[in-house]
Amino acid sequence: MPIKDYIRERFFPHLWCSGCGHGIVLNALLRAIEALGINKSNIVMVSGIGCSSRISGYVDFHTMHTLHGRALSFATGIKMSRPELTLIVPMGDGDALAIGGNHFIHTARRNIDMTAIIMNNRTYGMTGGQYSPLSGFGTLATTAPYSNIDHDFDVVELAKAAGASFVARSTTYHVQQLTDILKAAIEHKGFSAVEVLSQCPEYFGRKNKMGTPADMLEHYKENTTTIGSKKKQENPNLLERGIFVQKQIPEYCSEYDKIIEKAKKAVEGKTE
Amino acid sequence: MPKLKLKEHRINRDWCKGCGICVQLCPKNVLELDDENKAVAVRPEDCICCKLCELRCPDLAIEVITEDEKKP
Ligand code: SF4
Ligand code: SF4
Ligand code: SF4
Repeated sequence: MPIKDYIRERFFPHLWCSGCGHGIVLNALLRAIEALGINKSNIVMVSGIGCSSRISGYVDFHTMHTLHGRALSFATGIKMSRPELTLIVPMGDGDALAIGGNHFIHTARRNIDMTAIIMNNRTYGMTGGQYSPLSGFGTLATTAPYSNIDHDFDVVELAKAAGASFVARSTTYHVQQLTDILKAAIEHKGFSAVEVLSQCPEYFGRKNKMGTPADMLEHYKENTTTIGSKKKQENPNLLERGIFVQKQIPEYCSEYDKIIEKAKKAVEGKTE
Repeated sequence: MPKLKLKEHRINRDWCKGCGICVQLCPKNVLELDDENKAVAVRPEDCICCKLCELRCPDLAIEVITEDEKKP
């Protein structure tokens, strides 16, 4: 399997639980990168903390496992100093949108060229299944045994409002669509935000009685639809999948280069 | 596209965690879990080589090898 060329086989079988969606995200991401034919020495993956962030240990790219919520900030530093590299930043929902929420909106606003993948399993898996900002009203969690009274974010709406120039959503059931979206996101010049609904059978699934890992995948099939479909008109509660935003606006590193040129000219003008 | 012909399902028993995703979501009911909770292809003749099992496996444990492919 050619995708095996992109992983650190010595760390397999991986640490994720049986049926964890994060492994499917890894699977789809490897196929996207293989299809794009990017040299693995030109890819940097930066992750924060959480079950999702383990992903950086398994890929044979340049990898950094950093601080909770701060992956985008480390990635920004790398991209600013080496803009020719491809930056991929997988994050969990708590990682990206609770402790890292501020970094998320401002990285989106700047439109720096990198791909943020929000692996949304609606819980803090690594620390024992506490509710996250994506769990949603009325769900159960170890810290919400009588049901959660927090409302959740709509990640797509949030990314759009923050100014991300590429915004998409898919699920671990829709692996072919997910691979295509990841390809488009990585190729996009600017900040790409991709939300992936990814099951945590161990906590969110068990607490909310969602059945087997495959049942959880089927739940994604039943509760989502393609953007603007007829099904969505008939049932507004369905969550849409696909590419919501894909636009070209000035990219941060390119604009920074222009500033350097301008500043150089200004200094030269003075010294002449 | 010419119809793909199955050569074999290559299942890495050390990596498979028996999650059952491939078993439950195979459109042709080709796969089952054995006594050791590992995926096995029990009805390979029914396989349509859609490769969804390979794409959805969280553990990169299953590969569908077709006749035309040269895979090591
Ligand atoms: S706790 Fe949940 S998210 Fe973490 S590895 Fe297990 S299934 Fe995956
Ligand atoms: S999906 Fe993968 S890990 Fe799960 S049972 Fe099938 S081969 Fe094993
Ligand atoms: S390739 Fe398709 S039909 Fe064949 S075993 Fe896998 S999921 Fe089933």
